[in-house]
Amino acid sequence: MSGRSSTASNNYLPFAPGFVDNDGPKIVSTRFGYEDSHTLARSLATGGYDGLKLALRRSPAEVAAEVKEAVLLGRGGAGFPAGIKWGFMPPVWPRYLVVNGDESEPGTYKDRMLMERDPHQLIEGSLITCYALGLNQCFLYVRGEMAQAQENVAQALNDAYAAGFVGKNILGSDVSIDVVLHWGAGAYIVGEETALIESLEGNRGMPRLKPPFFPAAKGLYMKPTIVNNVETLANVPWLMLNGAAEYRKFGSEASPGTRMVAVSGHVKRPGVYEIEQGVVSFRDLFYGDNYCQGIRDDNELKAFVPGGGSAPWFFEDQLDLLQEGRDVGSAGSMLGSGALIVMDHTTDIVKACLRLVRFFARESCGKCTPCREGTAWEEKVLQRILDGHGRPNDIDLLLEIGKNISPGTYPVASFAEQGLDTVPFPPKQTTICPLGPSSVAPITSAIRRFRGEFEAKIDAAQSARVEA
Amino acid sequence: MSRLSTENEALAREIIARYPRPKSALIPLLHLVQEQDGYVADDAMEHLAELVGVTPAEVLGTCSFYEMFIRHPVGKYKIDVCTNLSCQLVGGEELLHHAEQKLGIRPGGTTEDGMFTLEDVECIAACTEAPCLQVNYRYEYKLSNEDFDQLVDELRQGDRPEIPNHGTLGLVRQHIAPDRLAGIAAPEVTGTPAWFASRQPEPEAAK
Amino acid sequence: MPLSRPGLRPNSVTATNANETEAGIPFILNGKALLANSGEMLIDACERNGVHIPRFCYHPRMRPVGMCRMCLVEVDTGRGAGLQPSCMLTVSPEMVVNTESTETKQAQEGVLELTLINHPLDCPVCDKGGECPLQDNAYAYGPGESRFVEEKRHFEKPISISSLVQLDRERCILCDRCTRFADEVAGDPLIHFIDRGSQTQVNTFPDHPFSSYFSGNTVQICPVGALTASPYRFKARPWDLAETESTATVDSTGARIVLQSSQDRLVRVLGVDSDAVNWSWLSDKERFLHEATDSNDRLTEPLVRSADGLTPARWTHACELVGDALNVTASQIGVIGGSRLPLEGQYAWAKLLRGELGISNVDAQLGDGLPGEVMLGLPRATIAQACAPAGVVLILGADPKEELPSLYLRLRHAASQDGTKIIELTPRATGLSPNAAISAHPLPGQVGVVAAAIADGKLDAEVGGVAPGQLGAIAELLGSGAPVTVIVGRGNLAESASFTVDAIAALQRAVPEARFLSGLRRGNVHGALELGFAPGLAFGGGLSEDPGLDTAGILRAAANGEIETLLLLAADPLADFPNSELAADALKNVATVVAVDTFLTASTQQANVVLPAAMTGEVDGAFLNLEGRLSPLRAKVSAPGQARPDWMIAVEVSQSVGTPLDFGSIDDVRAGLAADVSVFGSLNWDLLGASGDGPLLEFNRTWEPQFGEPVVAPLPDGYGLRLIVDRKLWDLGTMVQQSESLRDLPEVAAVHLCRQDLEGLGVSEGDDVLVEWSNGSQSLQVRREVGLPRGVARIPFRLPGFNVGDLLSSEDLVAEIRVTVT
Ligand SMILES: Cc1cc2nc3c(=O)[nH]c(=O)nc-3n(C[C@H](O)[C@H](O)[C@H](O)COP(=O)(O)O)c2cc1C
Ligand code: SF4
Ligand code: FES
Repeated sequence: MSGRSSTASNNYLPFAPGFVDNDGPKIVSTRFGYEDSHTLARSLATGGYDGLKLALRRSPAEVAAEVKEAVLLGRGGAGFPAGIKWGFMPPVWPRYLVVNGDESEPGTYKDRMLMERDPHQLIEGSLITCYALGLNQCFLYVRGEMAQAQENVAQALNDAYAAGFVGKNILGSDVSIDVVLHWGAGAYIVGEETALIESLEGNRGMPRLKPPFFPAAKGLYMKPTIVNNVETLANVPWLMLNGAAEYRKFGSEASPGTRMVAVSGHVKRPGVYEIEQGVVSFRDLFYGDNYCQGIRDDNELKAFVPGGGSAPWFFEDQLDLLQEGRDVGSAGSMLGSGALIVMDHTTDIVKACLRLVRFFARESCGKCTPCREGTAWEEKVLQRILDGHGRPNDIDLLLEIGKNISPGTYPVASFAEQGLDTVPFPPKQTTICPLGPSSVAPITSAIRRFRGEFEAKIDAAQSARVEA
Repeated sequence: MSRLSTENEALAREIIARYPRPKSALIPLLHLVQEQDGYVADDAMEHLAELVGVTPAEVLGTCSFYEMFIRHPVGKYKIDVCTNLSCQLVGGEELLHHAEQKLGIRPGGTTEDGMFTLEDVECIAACTEAPCLQVNYRYEYKLSNEDFDQLVDELRQGDRPEIPNHGTLGLVRQHIAPDRLAGIAAPEVTGTPAWFASRQPEPEAAK
Repeated sequence: MPLSRPGLRPNSVTATNANETEAGIPFILNGKALLANSGEMLIDACERNGVHIPRFCYHPRMRPVGMCRMCLVEVDTGRGAGLQPSCMLTVSPEMVVNTESTETKQAQEGVLELTLINHPLDCPVCDKGGECPLQDNAYAYGPGESRFVEEKRHFEKPISISSLVQLDRERCILCDRCTRFADEVAGDPLIHFIDRGSQTQVNTFPDHPFSSYFSGNTVQICPVGALTASPYRFKARPWDLAETESTATVDSTGARIVLQSSQDRLVRVLGVDSDAVNWSWLSDKERFLHEATDSNDRLTEPLVRSADGLTPARWTHACELVGDALNVTASQIGVIGGSRLPLEGQYAWAKLLRGELGISNVDAQLGDGLPGEVMLGLPRATIAQACAPAGVVLILGADPKEELPSLYLRLRHAASQDGTKIIELTPRATGLSPNAAISAHPLPGQVGVVAAAIADGKLDAEVGGVAPGQLGAIAELLGSGAPVTVIVGRGNLAESASFTVDAIAALQRAVPEARFLSGLRRGNVHGALELGFAPGLAFGGGLSEDPGLDTAGILRAAANGEIETLLLLAADPLADFPNSELAADALKNVATVVAVDTFLTASTQQANVVLPAAMTGEVDGAFLNLEGRLSPLRAKVSAPGQARPDWMIAVEVSQSVGTPLDFGSIDDVRAGLAADVSVFGSLNWDLLGASGDGPLLEFNRTWEPQFGEPVVAPLPDGYGLRLIVDRKLWDLGTMVQQSESLRDLPEVAAVHLCRQDLEGLGVSEGDDVLVEWSNGSQSLQVRREVGLPRGVARIPFRLPGFNVGDLLSSEDLVAEIRVTVT
């Protein structure tokens, strides 16, 4: 592991470290090679705001059509096409754009990088979107803990306002749009779009029920609101400049373009990679020379999280799946927020499972009874097992609590060999939002694949008790 | 301890003006309070309640929901060690234990000299650079125990001037010159922007 | 033993009009094809069709939040069956609902198990035990044994969140009902969710208690025993309670209530979900004032003045003395009061005093109301008409939040959620100001001129302290074509009522179709007016040919020695008439004072004969609210000692006077009422007892109010401040003071000024200033009041620390004071 000296210089550079250039096509990381990639000067020198200029010469409807044509999938987790979402807005004004930069999903690390390293790209993408939707108030919601990202975005906005790219009469035109930097204060759930809206209204970030509160129809202040992820909007300038047809040349038919993925855990070269969507397999990513170059110490792979802490786990059986939303979904998990966490055979699976469950218990907003009470209970039971106080019924109990939050058979991939079916993703839920059910994903994943490790800990506890 | 200073109150009004409704400014304003005092005091919440036109209970309701707002004094440096899965896999918990020993406090605790508060936190979006931590929301990546010791020593000796005191987030603020502002309106103000109406294609004649 | 609590369950659904379903929405519930009303929530549609879905957070009078998840049921809207919260889902055509499926059952069982894991097992000592939705649901849908072996969540046991409400956070299931109520219904968001996740709790801000006039409602709607009312704590167990539906007589709104008693004592009052009136909500005054019933200070036997002061006497003796006192020329008798009495008592007294004895000096209002012939002559509105979506309500006079709090909640809802536009033409900002479209505050004595300017379209110049912009906006709203309701009350006791009357006249001119809702506040004052307890109104209906004296006139005549006998029907002019000096002179100079009352008040203490009356909760009868809606009063406990219903006292007195009333029962009284008083002639008394909202009387007035020349207020003298004297909910009123839990709620008297006037004086909030008037002065604390016009001071009526009645004179058109720095 590198010592502090090597990272010290890295620490206060205005951008996040960890990006690995894999020689593949680039759409959103084109400026990452420059040390001053966050500045207006660099941006302008490399085509920054050209997409906006082009957009302003077209009608808003044409701009929106171009994005729809490109099939720009949302990068926040659900992978819903942005163009189609935009079309859900009823003809009601005022309407708002909210940029979701609350990135907090365990393992996820890309929106911060995009905000720190190329804030102008995000601002430009947001402006084009505002233009397409005919609105003049945009809020950029940046996660509270990301001080550097806030600084870089604030500086970029100040520069862009001064230079006439944002605000009144953009680029001398009659178009006026304000972009306001807003920041959070530490709550994972606020990444969920309706909770984000509550938070932006100054409230506790508790999700609203959909239906009836679909943001596109009833969002911020109960007005039509589009919430898009940072990475989603960072794609828009390139898309504007190069057109939908060019965009669709990358990636697969169903998932065009590229996406940013962060691979962490037990790989030789963890990092953030911009990869083509739908064409790279998990094996390529973990073992490929251009990517992570294998498991650390050439250990065996035990399990991996394919799309953020909320995603049910995959195992070596799924290594050859392409990172294509549809395929991964029918295999019982999701690509989510592009966060891959790799666990090698040395991993204590109960501990890993507890750590994710504990995250959801800590981050539950407390609104829905099953999530508020259930996640806390799950954590307690797992902690007990790990601490050597497990009880014989604890495994069943965990699965039962899980059912109270997320009823029905829970989908976990690759149990064919155990005679278990995979079922379609996503799961059912007794809660308003998927946070509660997300806590069930690591539990069912771990228990159904490594039940023996849980039993071993419980048995040890039992025999210790008998001996005592 | 205190209400916002005159200067900060002016800043608060500038922030409020950027939102369609005053209450929306609450989180940024709570950060401003924390920047001023290092924590969020009851008086300050009452002041914010006046500024945005809600009750103090509503301010507390919002404030207490968010992890970053602390309602009692903490150390000058808040050290947040990530122990979520990506970090845990490569030594995050061990780093936390080392930090506990080095500082002689448990997560949530503050050293007697008031220099450090330690926290065990969730994923801070630096997973590929694990194990990692934040000091007052400034990152340190891939830390060994020695790196941690060195960091603490530097902080103690005042060798890390670039790290502001607890409470200060971004050192750069957004300022919008009044003549550059497109204009923020209350959500009750309806109507499409003029530019949008004029740029939409003429509605096609009924076919 | 299950209690029958019609319409009482916090979750109760108001009876729906059966023919609303004719254009219903077809859906399938457990295999049966049914119809839902348009916009109806699934949970309500199921309930109406006999299928109860368990719930905790849903309350039909508040916006659904869907957070307890107890009401999950399996619903298929065409895309496959899934679990949906039935409280957030409006029924859509062809929806298929299964409340009995395994999925539904498992979800409900699961949610209940999780709801219970942190809930303490203290049902045996919990106030809610026996009437607890959580307990009920646990029996009906619960899993039985708990599998939760961990330590439960702990909080410090009950904490006081206000002087009336205690909160046990361990029992709280975080349903958001209390907090939603505080914010959405009462507009007092002083309790809130604090902290997050499984640590979430309900609490107040430190040192900012939940001092809402409506705090008790949270206790009624809490689905567990987390919130308890201090006055009720440990008083009774649900299975010991007996109960009856009745009507609150605290003010003229006539909120529908349930009275609950244990061992012949009233222990609790709950609000009933009356669609027409109070939607299940009550003010804390309506909810807790029953404590006075049980006070040790109740009058329990007749008292007669002797050399030793007031001494107990036998009923017959006391009544003989009253008979003698009434045996003088009618014009030498003055009768004040009557608003406290049930309709039957009012009628029996009216029949005797007006019908038989021909007395015309009768007034149920104590100089703090408005002329009866004007109020009865105006075209009337109901509460529902006033609160209709998209209508316009003009508030002329008093602050409904202080005087008619249940009505205030309806108006607040209308303005904040149904788009009703409120125009305030009040002396100062009111509780509704935050929700008002226009808040205009004419200076004391100027409201008539302001209304006239609006009626005459003179909108270009400031009038009476109201800016031209506001005048124009008011005129525009009034002329917008939306139905207009004017709520008329008496907002300032320090100015003559004639200004308000002038304003009524002008508003009728401005909007001829406007309807009026009386804002006269005294309990059953509208019953009293219908029975002629006002100079100018005839007994039996119509106008009187021989208008007698009003209260001020009676007191003046009494002070001058022109009145022999003063009969106080539950009236306390010494404390309650806004001119204390005149009242004192009057009581001193009459030969005989007869008081019928429930307590020894300042005035009854000076009486020669005191007859003890039974009060609300102890008598059957009827109540006429400000809309003209008749609702029942029912006896639940016995009156103490020899206290009697008012109609019986009247009968008893009639016998000593020698004109015996022939009433042996309350039915006889009602028969007489129907025969003698035209508006009650066609009334179907059976409707009174039926569940529901009670019948609206049909008023066919034969007259229109006559308005004289507008009164012109003198110009201020330049260095004085014009005075506003208004009422607060909590004051030194007898009933409040006799209720142990409410006694200390009134704030201490202070003089209120706007910021500029404070600065002009060079004082700040909390300083003492000297208040001077024509013949006296007093030092008072000064308070800053937002929304008070410049040059105006406000001192509320009947607060501890200062009797503002001392400085008021009934002769003044507008009272003025001077405020100087001590
Ligand atoms: C518990 C939870 C957390 C989420 N966190 C984030 C987040 O941190 N960032 C994000 O962009 N989307 C997050 N989402 C997804 C958002 O709700 C929303 O779908 C997304 O911002 C839409 O943007 P997109 O369409 O551009 O992907 C989260 C969703 C859930 C249920
Ligand atoms: S105190 Fe009662 S009403 Fe309030 S949230 Fe808790 S359970 Fe619900
Ligand atoms: S009653 Fe429907 S979620 Fe609570």
